[in-house]
Amino acid sequence: MTNISIENIGIAAEQLHHPIPGNWKRYFSFSTDHKVIGIQYLVTSFIFFLVGGILAMVMRGELMTPESDLVDRTIYNGMFTMHGTIMLFLWTFPSLVGLANYLVPLMIGARDMAFPRLNAAAFWMVPVVGILLMASFFIPGGPAQAGWWSYPPVSLQNPTGNLINGQVIWLLAVAISGVSSIMGAVNFVTTIVKMRAPGMTFFRMPLFVWAVFSAQIIQLFGLPALTAGAVMLLLDLTANTGFFNPANGGNPIMFQHYFWFYSHPAVYVIILPVFGIFSEIFPVYARKPLFGYKVVAVSSLLIAAVSAIVWVHHMYASSTPAWMRMVFMLTTMLVSVPTGIKVFAWVATIWGGKLRLNTPMLFALGGLVFFVFAGIVGIMLSSVPVDIHVNNTYFVVGHFHYVLYGTVTMGMFAAIYHWFPKMTGRMYYEGLGKLHFALAFIGTNLNFFPMHPLGLQGMLRRVASYAPDAGYEFWNIVASIGAFLLGVSTLPFILNMIGAWTIGEKAPNNPWQAIGLEWEVSSPPPIENFEEIPVVKSEPYGYGKLETLTAKTHQ
Amino acid sequence: MKIQKLLQILTLITSAIALVTTSIWMGKQAYSWLPPEAAAESRLVDDLFSFLVTLGAFIFLGVSGALMYSVIFHRAKKGEVCDGPPIEGNVTLEVIWTAIPILLVFWIANYSYQIYEQMGIQGPGELMHLHVPVGIKVASAATIKDNNNKGDTQKLTASQHLFPIASNSEYVEQIDVVAKQWAWVFRYPQQQLFTGETSTQKNITSTELHLPCDRRVRLTLRSEDVLHGFYIPAFRVKQDIVPNEIINIEFTPIRPGRYRLTDSQYSGTYFATMQADVVVESPEDYQQWLATAATYRPSPAFNQAASEYAAKVNQSLPTGWATVAPAEPPVVNYPGDKETRQ
Repeated sequence: MTNISIENIGIAAEQLHHPIPGNWKRYFSFSTDHKVIGIQYLVTSFIFFLVGGILAMVMRGELMTPESDLVDRTIYNGMFTMHGTIMLFLWTFPSLVGLANYLVPLMIGARDMAFPRLNAAAFWMVPVVGILLMASFFIPGGPAQAGWWSYPPVSLQNPTGNLINGQVIWLLAVAISGVSSIMGAVNFVTTIVKMRAPGMTFFRMPLFVWAVFSAQIIQLFGLPALTAGAVMLLLDLTANTGFFNPANGGNPIMFQHYFWFYSHPAVYVIILPVFGIFSEIFPVYARKPLFGYKVVAVSSLLIAAVSAIVWVHHMYASSTPAWMRMVFMLTTMLVSVPTGIKVFAWVATIWGGKLRLNTPMLFALGGLVFFVFAGIVGIMLSSVPVDIHVNNTYFVVGHFHYVLYGTVTMGMFAAIYHWFPKMTGRMYYEGLGKLHFALAFIGTNLNFFPMHPLGLQGMLRRVASYAPDAGYEFWNIVASIGAFLLGVSTLPFILNMIGAWTIGEKAPNNPWQAIGLEWEVSSPPPIENFEEIPVVKSEPYGYGKLETLTAKTHQ
Repeated sequence: MKIQKLLQILTLITSAIALVTTSIWMGKQAYSWLPPEAAAESRLVDDLFSFLVTLGAFIFLGVSGALMYSVIFHRAKKGEVCDGPPIEGNVTLEVIWTAIPILLVFWIANYSYQIYEQMGIQGPGELMHLHVPVGIKVASAATIKDNNNKGDTQKLTASQHLFPIASNSEYVEQIDVVAKQWAWVFRYPQQQLFTGETSTQKNITSTELHLPCDRRVRLTLRSEDVLHGFYIPAFRVKQDIVPNEIINIEFTPIRPGRYRLTDSQYSGTYFATMQADVVVESPEDYQQWLATAATYRPSPAFNQAASEYAAKVNQSLPTGWATVAPAEPPVVNYPGDKETRQ
C-alpha cells in the first residue's frame, strides 16, 4: 500500500487547479481533478434531486383529491414538466456522470481523465442548466408546461406572446445539457480506451467501467438527434419555421422520432452504470467472483446496440403504422435477453455466498428486486395490444419510476454508501443508512406500486384532476403517502452524509475488503491517484481466490 | 447424505409447484385489475395481459425467491471474514438462461402479433393525409383492407367463436370525432330524416358519444389544434389524433352501459378536463336516440375547460400562469345529460 507523504502533497498542490485535499473551497473552484469534479457533480445533482422531489410532493398533494384544488392547472403542468426535466437532466444524468468521473480513472489505474479541462467545463454547464431552469419559474408565463417530451404543437403554443418564454429557456437548457453530456462522453470513451494501466486489458476492466463505456457510446450516437430536434423546435417557436408546426405545414410526428431516437437510449445511459454498480457491489458483499464476468461485460455493449433500434415503442399509440408497431415490438422485447443475462448472473453471484447485509448491499438488493419487477412490467408494455391500453397511463409512470427511483436512485444510494469511505476518508453511520433503506424501500413501493392498478384502470399521466366517480382516489392517496415517506427518507441520508463527513470515524483504505484498484490507494485517494501506476495481472472480482490484482503485493 | 439430497429435491419440487400455482392464480386475478370488458377488443387484450402476468409472476417470484433464500440462508456469521466459493461461471447454465429468454421473446411477440391482428383496430396503417384526393384515398384504403382480410381468414375464425361480432369484420357505423382544446365533438353523418313530407340528410352532432352495441364502428379522428388521444379504457383502444391527418380506428362495443372517453395525449392546460361520456346501447335504442337528437336544435354544450377559464379570467387575484384560451363550448344537437357530467 502506498503512503502519500506530506511532501508529495505539497509538490502536487503547486500544480495549477489542484488545491490541497481537505480544503473544502476546492469544491467551489474550477478544479480539474476528476475526484473533485465527481463530487461536485454528485452534490450539485443531489440538490436538484431535492428540488425535483419537492415538486413531486406538491403534485402528489394535488392528486390526493379528484378535483384540481391545490394549485392552478398551469402550475401543475409546469411542475410535472420541471419534475421530469430536473430529475433526468439534473439528477440521474449528472449524478451518474459524477460517480463515473470519480471512479473510472481510479478503477482503470489512471491519474485523471483524458481531458481534465474539458471535464471541468462539462461540469460547470450543469449549474448553468439548473439556474436557467430555476429562473424560468420567475419569468412571465412561468416555465415550460408541455411535459418533458415537449411535443409540438402544444410546446409551440405561447400564450404570453413573449419571445423568451419558459419553453425557449427549457430548450436552451436542454441543448446546453446535451453539449455538456457530449463533452463528457468524448472524455469517458477516450479515457477508457487510452488511459488504462499496464495489464488492464478490456477483459480485466471492472464491470462499472464496461457499463460506463457502453453508456457513453450511446450518448455519442444518440444526443445529436435530440439536439437537432431541439434546435428545429426552437426555430419553430421563435422564428415561425415549419419543421414540426402543422400550421406551417410541418410534421409534429417527426419531432417524436428525433426526441425518442435519443431519449429511449438515454434510459440505458442511465441504467447501464447502475447495472455496473450492482456488478461491483454484489461480489464484494457476497464474497464471490461475479458469475459469468465476460458475458456480463459484453451484454452491456449488446444492450447499447439494441437500444438504438427500439425508440418507436414510445409511439405505438402515435401516428405509427401497424407494421412499425410490430417491428419495434420485437426489437424492444429483445432487450430483455442481455438484461436477463445480467439479472441471472447477479442472482448466481449472490447464491451460496457469504452475505454481509450492510447499507450498500441492502440498497443494491432492493434495487435489483425493483428492477426485476420493472423489467417484467416493461415486457408487458412492449407488447403492442397491452400498450395500446396502458400507453400514457399511470401504468407507464409506475413502470419508469420503479426503474428511475427503484433501480437507479436506489443503486445510486448503494454506490454512494459503498464508496463514501473512499471519497471522504470517513465511515458513514450504519444505523442511519439502514433506516434510510427501510424508509426508501417502503416509500418506493407505496408511492409507485399503486400507479400500476391506476393505469390499468385508465388513469392518465399528467392529469391535474380526475373524475370523482372513477374510483381512483384510494390508490392515489396511498401513492401520495408513499411520496411523502420518500421525502422523509432523504433526511436520515442527509444527516448521515453531513455528520459522517464532518465528524465520522476515519475510514481505512479498504473497509470492505474489496478487490479493485480504487481500494489499493488511501482514503481519500491522493491527488494523482497512484504514486506509481499499478500493473494489473488478473481479472477483477477474484474473491475466494489466492491471486492478487496487481503485480505489487498489497495488504 | 442420500436423505439430504432427496429432501433437497423434494423442496425444489414443492417450491416449483407453489411457484406455478401462484403464477397461474395471479394470471386469473389479472382480469379483475382491468375495467369492464365493454368491447370485443377488451377480451383479446385481457387474455394477453393475463398471460403476461402469469409469465411475469413466475419470473419475478422465481428470481426474488432465490434472492430471499440466499439472504436468509447464505449470510456470513458475525465476524466471519472468509470468502465464498470462487465460482466464476457455468457455461451450460449461461446458455440455458440466454436461450430460454430468446424463445420466450419470440413466443410473446408472436402471441401479441396474433392478438393485434385479431383486434384489427386499423389506426394509422391506413393513414390518409388531407391533401390526398378523395378517389385515391378510398382506393388505397380498400386495398389495404383486402390484403388484411385475406391473410387473416384463418385467425379470424378463431376469434369469431369467442364473439358475436368478430373484430376485423366490416364496419357498419361511421362516426366523425373532432378533438380540440378542450372539447370532443361527435358527428353522425348521413342520417335519413323524415320531417313532415320531405326527407333530408342531416348531420347530427353531440358531445356525448353514442354507439350501437354489437356493431363494428369506425371512428374518423381529427384534431383542430394540437395532438390529442382518443382513449376509452373499457374498450382498451387508444389512438393519438394528429392535426392535418385523418386516422381511422375500429372496434366493436359489446356491453351496453355508460363509459368514459378521455384525452390520452397531453394537450395543454385543461387537458385533464377533456372527457366525454360514451353510451353503448342496443341498435334500436341507438337509432331511436339518433332520431330524437335530430329533432333537437343545436345548443351550446357544457364545457368544463371553458367554464373554468371563465372563472379564472374573472378572478381578482391571478393564481396561475397565462394559458391558451379554450375553444368556445361546442354547439351540438345533443349536448348530453348535464347532470352526469357534473
